[in-house]
Amino acid sequence: MAVKQETLQPTRELQAVGQGGMSKSGAKRVGDIFTHLILAAGSIVMVGPFAWMLSSSFKTQYEIYKFPPTLIPESIQWINYLVVFEQTALGRYVGNSMFVSLSVTLGVLLTSSLAGYSFSRLNFPGRDKIFLMYLGTMMIPGAILLIPSFVLMRTFNWIDTYYALIVPGVVSAWGTFLMRQFMMSIPRELEDAAYIDGATRLRIYWTVILPVSKPVIATLAIFTFMGVWNELLWPVIILRSPEKFTLPMGLAKFQSRFPNRTPWHLIMAASTLSVLPILFLFMAGQKYYVQGIVTTGLKG
Amino acid sequence: MTVSAQVPAPSQPVAAARPRLRWSEMSGLARREAIEGYLFLLPNIVAFFVFLAGPMLAAVYFAFTNYDLTWPPRFTFLENFQVMFTNDLFWQVFGQTFYWAFGMVPATIVLALGLALMINREMRGVLTYRLVYFIPHVTLSVAASIVWLWVYHPEVGFINLLLGYVGIDGPQWLLNRRTAMPALILMGWWKSIGFAMLIFLAGLQGIPAELYEAAVMDGANPRQRFWAITVPMLSPAIFFVMVTSIIGAFQGFDVFYLMTRGGPANVTTTMVLHIYNNGFLYLKMGFASAMAMVLFATIMIFTLGQWLYARNWVHGFAD
Repeated sequence: MAVKQETLQPTRELQAVGQGGMSKSGAKRVGDIFTHLILAAGSIVMVGPFAWMLSSSFKTQYEIYKFPPTLIPESIQWINYLVVFEQTALGRYVGNSMFVSLSVTLGVLLTSSLAGYSFSRLNFPGRDKIFLMYLGTMMIPGAILLIPSFVLMRTFNWIDTYYALIVPGVVSAWGTFLMRQFMMSIPRELEDAAYIDGATRLRIYWTVILPVSKPVIATLAIFTFMGVWNELLWPVIILRSPEKFTLPMGLAKFQSRFPNRTPWHLIMAASTLSVLPILFLFMAGQKYYVQGIVTTGLKG
Repeated sequence: MTVSAQVPAPSQPVAAARPRLRWSEMSGLARREAIEGYLFLLPNIVAFFVFLAGPMLAAVYFAFTNYDLTWPPRFTFLENFQVMFTNDLFWQVFGQTFYWAFGMVPATIVLALGLALMINREMRGVLTYRLVYFIPHVTLSVAASIVWLWVYHPEVGFINLLLGYVGIDGPQWLLNRRTAMPALILMGWWKSIGFAMLIFLAGLQGIPAELYEAAVMDGANPRQRFWAITVPMLSPAIFFVMVTSIIGAFQGFDVFYLMTRGGPANVTTTMVLHIYNNGFLYLKMGFASAMAMVLFATIMIFTLGQWLYARNWVHGFAD
């Protein structure tokens, strides 16, 4: 379960086999070009909507409706972005989402690493049974819990508060699983030395185990953050006051404000702004994100 | 994330080596360790009971009541299910959920597999392609929905503009009963293909090269190599994607809520949106809970079914 960072780099041998194990023939080269063309065409489909979003966000409302459409705006309308900030509370929504996502992420990291440490390094009666029960909970579809969770939040008087968005999300069975799998691969000698020196378990967890677990912490952090950041259904159910809205809700609200003549240029500017943070985060942490998927998907 | 029950087996030397623990036979030190073990788990255990086990039981209970949030729940036995199963809209929604799930998942898997094979072959651009195809998966569903609302826009939308060039008068995609769901499914492919592709790509790169070398020496042609090596070796990854995607698809909500609100004429209302509407718009919490139970059962049946059938085709599944 060790985090191998080269997992996704193709091996040289495979490359050779991919090319038939011999020098490139003419037919092979044609095949390569053909593959490249298909992949490039597919890339256009994948990125196209975003490119259009970006381009439109810089257009005037008039140019949006122009026929035939232009890809490069006639003149760059930075003002769209200013108008978006002026007319909406986008900055506020981003702040709200940031607060909620960061809180949940920190909480999940703490609880999952504590539990992962306990499951992987400590011995106590019932440990493996409890762990299996944990794995079982990953199978419960979230949609089933919607109504009882809402009722619970109502009993706690947590409707329209961030407690409801943060506290139930702070524990993750998947995160615990990820942490445990990783921590099992940490050599015992590392903590034995500290234990003989008289360190407490909490201290070992904090000064020995956590620092070694940085890669898996990064993986879990990115996954959790992005998951909470993108979440729509639960905030829609919980939040009432517009000033508390998270970014997805705020964006949806902004979009639905114009039933008739839609100011696409503004909506696209707002969408662009909302996509950017998560895109940067993903690109920065791509390695860890991929690792998390591969760990659960292939070794899991 | 669902396929995890079999996980601990290979990597569990630490746990397996330990003898079974009994409280009465434990030394003071071992007891201390055990207590600390429980303490480390405490936050999770508490949250497990409060936010998971409790609500799960409550969900079952509500399903048999007429709970409406205002009055205390009254036990109505099977009435919710009776009403549900004799209701045309429910069956329509139930069917549409299958339409969505089966429109999404098989095609996504086939397309993603093809892509992964191509990307794996075209070595130079692996990282770029992987990023490009994965971007839709990590984008806010709201932003993606907004962009696609526009792609499908009858007048200024990209698709109808293209169709206009070749002289076809495109339909009002999301406002037309016949085209609304296919349009959303198409968008679903776009959004979910990257996830499946990523897993297949990793799986492909984990196949030992010797297998292919041996096959080449035995004179196997590319198609034979594909069916005899690639597919079996990739079967665990395919299985994983299949199970998680089906579970995810049955719970689809965002696009329906954002793009069509379930319309026109409810043709894009799926189970979770229907549960949301009944529970949170009409406050029929009991009824909605009963529907959630049906959804739960459906997902369970599909997951178990795939699990049972897996031994027939998934490589190394027997244990």
